[in-house]
Amino acid sequence: MSSVYLQADIEHTLGDLSLRLSCALSAPWTVLFGPSGAGKTSMLRILGGLTRPERGRVVLDGRILVETEGRAWVPPAERGIGFVTQQPALFPHMDVTGNVAFGLSRLDRRSSGERVGEMLQLFQAGHLARRRPADLSGGEKQRVALARALAPGPRLLLLDEPFTGLDADLKVSILEPLTAWLAERKIPALYVSHDVGEAFQTAADVMVIERGKIQAHGPAPVVLAARRQQLLRQLGAS
Amino acid sequence: MDRQAIFLTLRLATLTTLILLAVAIPLGYWLAYGRARWRPLVEAAVALPLVLPPTVLGFYLLVLMGPRTAAGRVLAAVFGHPLAFSFAGLLVGSVIFSLPFAVQPMTSGFRSVDREILEAAELLSARPGRILTRVLLPLVRPFLLTAAVLAFTHTVGEFGVVLMIGGGIPGVTKTLSISIYDQVQDFAYAQANHTALLLLSLSFLALLIIYGRRGRAGV
Repeated sequence: MSSVYLQADIEHTLGDLSLRLSCALSAPWTVLFGPSGAGKTSMLRILGGLTRPERGRVVLDGRILVETEGRAWVPPAERGIGFVTQQPALFPHMDVTGNVAFGLSRLDRRSSGERVGEMLQLFQAGHLARRRPADLSGGEKQRVALARALAPGPRLLLLDEPFTGLDADLKVSILEPLTAWLAERKIPALYVSHDVGEAFQTAADVMVIERGKIQAHGPAPVVLAARRQQLLRQLGAS
Repeated sequence: MDRQAIFLTLRLATLTTLILLAVAIPLGYWLAYGRARWRPLVEAAVALPLVLPPTVLGFYLLVLMGPRTAAGRVLAAVFGHPLAFSFAGLLVGSVIFSLPFAVQPMTSGFRSVDREILEAAELLSARPGRILTRVLLPLVRPFLLTAAVLAFTHTVGEFGVVLMIGGGIPGVTKTLSISIYDQVQDFAYAQANHTALLLLSLSFLALLIIYGRRGRAGV
């Protein structure tokens, strides 16, 4: 995946924050870094179709999703974008199977059942199939949320700090099968994280956003070199 | 006991409730999630029957349904007879009078659903009807029950609007509350007591259903 996969040029004002974003994604895994209030979540919400930008154009895999000048607008469910946030937002009245199957209404019952089984197996959640969200732990809820987002077979996955609050082992146990599955199907992901180490581990591209603008974008060793040195100095000092 | 009035009242309350639920679900959804600038205007209009004296509402509806207004003539042409002093007119008046009792619980219900859950549904399904029936309505079921019970009981107990629009014609527009009024006018206190006791029991039972369900649902 070396060519540009996602091209976004966005202008949007949200309270005191003025977003002026222009980016092109070509790496399979891109980590979005930035301080709180920099515009990371807003950017993901615009890409996912949950917020309409005031001006801009978003093109995913050659397909125009948003073009404010031409008044083009593709609704969230038709974008082929999976979106998982810090809040699993599972449907509380449905069991795990019902949650994962919700986005599969175009498939017949048998195919839908098979896809749900595949997704639950991927995230080691097969034993949770009949449980309700209220009976799941935080980690289990996030596994199910990921299974639900991936089940329809998205062309891009947006992850807005979905592992906040989970311990490191649990995070790895979710991230490993997720990255392998995405790589196998050549589905790129844009991942909001505060963990510098993660960018190096996953050989990701890094995008740094500050005050609504993208300040740097490139391979992790280049973009995060200064930050890495700073962390190493801090470790040496301690 | 005026059995004719009982059946008429139950028929009126049932039809009013069904119509109100059909109106309150989309209207409540729009009031909860709509972004139109004139939404407060609609919200105020829907709530108006809560603060308006029933006789005022009844008077305007009577004038509107009468043959002297264009609206009245159109309605008479559609229904084949003037709406005033008819069951159909009573039904229209009941729907308008009980509108806030159905719409407000539904609006509160839709607003109580986490935005993240609604957005998760929007990301997975492009059909608003499917999101409504599979996600939203099951989540607002206690509010739906409240809306239905309030609409039903409020219709059963209404007096001013019914008297103004219907006039208390036996078998056509004479409901239980009018029946009590007539019984008191005739000094038939024992009969009035029986009818009043029936309404009191019905109202208490309705509230018991609402609070019982709320207790179980933790609303």
